[in-house]
Amino acid sequence: MGLTAAVGKRAVKYFAGTGEALAFLGETAVSAVALVFMPHRFRFADCALAFERAAAGGLPITIGIGFLLGLILAFQSAAALQMFGAEVYVADLLAIGLFRELGPLITAIVLAGRSGSAFAAEIGTMKVDEELDALRTMGLEPVRFLVVPRIVAATLAMPVLTIFCELAGLVGGALVLRMTGVPPAVYWQHVTDMSSMFAILFGLGKGALFGLLVALVGCGAGMRTKSTADGVGVAATGAVVGSLVVIALADGILAVVCYCWDL
Amino acid sequence: MDGENIIELRGVDAGYPGAVILRDVSFSVKKGEIFILLGGSGCGKSTIMKHMIGLNPVLAGSLAVAGLEWSAKTRAALCRKIGVMFQSGALFGSMTCLENVLLPLEEFAGLGFKARTAKALALLDAVGLADAARKLPAEISGGMRKRVAIARAMALDPEVVFLDEPSAGLDPITANQLDELILSLRAARGMTFVVVTHELPSIFKIADRCAMFDKARQAMIALGEPRALAESSEDPFVKKFFSRGGA
Ligand SMILES: Nc1ncnc2c1ncn2[C@@H]1O[C@H](COP(=O)(O)OP(=O)(O)OP(=O)(O)O)[C@@H](O)[C@H]1O
Ligand SMILES: [Mg+2]
Repeated sequence: MGLTAAVGKRAVKYFAGTGEALAFLGETAVSAVALVFMPHRFRFADCALAFERAAAGGLPITIGIGFLLGLILAFQSAAALQMFGAEVYVADLLAIGLFRELGPLITAIVLAGRSGSAFAAEIGTMKVDEELDALRTMGLEPVRFLVVPRIVAATLAMPVLTIFCELAGLVGGALVLRMTGVPPAVYWQHVTDMSSMFAILFGLGKGALFGLLVALVGCGAGMRTKSTADGVGVAATGAVVGSLVVIALADGILAVVCYCWDL
Repeated sequence: MDGENIIELRGVDAGYPGAVILRDVSFSVKKGEIFILLGGSGCGKSTIMKHMIGLNPVLAGSLAVAGLEWSAKTRAALCRKIGVMFQSGALFGSMTCLENVLLPLEEFAGLGFKARTAKALALLDAVGLADAARKLPAEISGGMRKRVAIARAMALDPEVVFLDEPSAGLDPITANQLDELILSLRAARGMTFVVVTHELPSIFKIADRCAMFDKARQAMIALGEPRALAESSEDPFVKKFFSRGGA
């Protein structure tokens, strides 16, 4: 009985959460569509600030991690390929791996840790301090006011960050190959041969999608913050964990779709 | 006073989903009245105010502001009629005091930049905070934050102003100035005020009528002019309240 009740309680809580999440998604979608028709009601200044924090603020760490990623990937694969005297193909591997998969993925993970949690904490603190209620009583919808600008900002920031991450990764790889004796010119030749415009744009589009998802999860967690002592902390943690799950899911789905459609 | 009712509660159960705090509350607030919500800490004053300002739906009964019940359709119109100061102030932490007051003006007043800035500064001046305009809420004191919140609540010349413990944390002189401000605004613009306060001097000074709630009985236990209640109420809780716990 105890177990059944516990399972039931969990299920009810879970589905209540799903309902809330769907309502939030719906409200955000309605708000975003309404803003398309009434662009003057969009909070450009808030969006610019969120973009600056996500993009400019996240640039150093994204570049750093991208560089290390390229370095590590190149080291690992060079060691194996060296046995066949094929070190130069590390460049091909990096080009394919970074542009299509790893660039957007790693950048999104960094964004989830930096901006997703920040969105949740900012909105969560506002909720606990009754600032969201204050907005509502002024007739201003928190979703239009706080959520939409952050979503737009994260969606635009991701492609920018992704490009820098990918370039940094390629530089890291070049450094390693240089040490193993592959001249940079040959390296770049292989990189450009292997990277198609489609792959690059596909990766950037994927990045934008991940940015949208991270912002949605982060803002959603913020809006659901409970007014307890650990409420904001829980929201920020939930934002990061939720973002990672959603990114992994979306990436998996995209991989299957690409495979089926032979993209 | 026998003007029209601007707020009307009939058989309202106040509380949160799954938790009734006050049962069967009925009273009305007349236009131009200064109406005080009284009661011990945690009795549900803020809760009932949150129903009146349309944040939480009532659990039972009906609640109308200016003849309209809160719903998705009436929301926008009703929000324009009210101004609210929350118990915590609820200023936007990332904006300066001036920007806080400017926000509703920017969104709704349709004034040019200069006109709305001038209006916001005048509002801040009215609560004695003209020199704090460029400061962030975190850089001013709790009492100052409440006054900025009052200025913000007044920004769009609302018909009804809700103030949740405006004078808590203020020194007697500033609290008295606040009472004067409320009285002068009522005189000048006929604004209606619904105020939560525990300050007896302030109650006697500004209140037309008050409603008192009791946590233990989960009900409204008194309604009327404060002096009449203080002098002639038979209810032991009301007596105790007005004699500050003595008698
Ligand atoms: N979100 C909520 N969910 C459930 N119960 C709540 C919630 N917020 C407050 N309560 C409960 O409602 C009761 C009334 O709270 P309320 O804030 O209205 O009191 P109050 O009269 O304003 O007190 P104070 O003078 O201390 O501000 C309290 O017992 C509180 O525990
Ligand atoms: Mg209260």
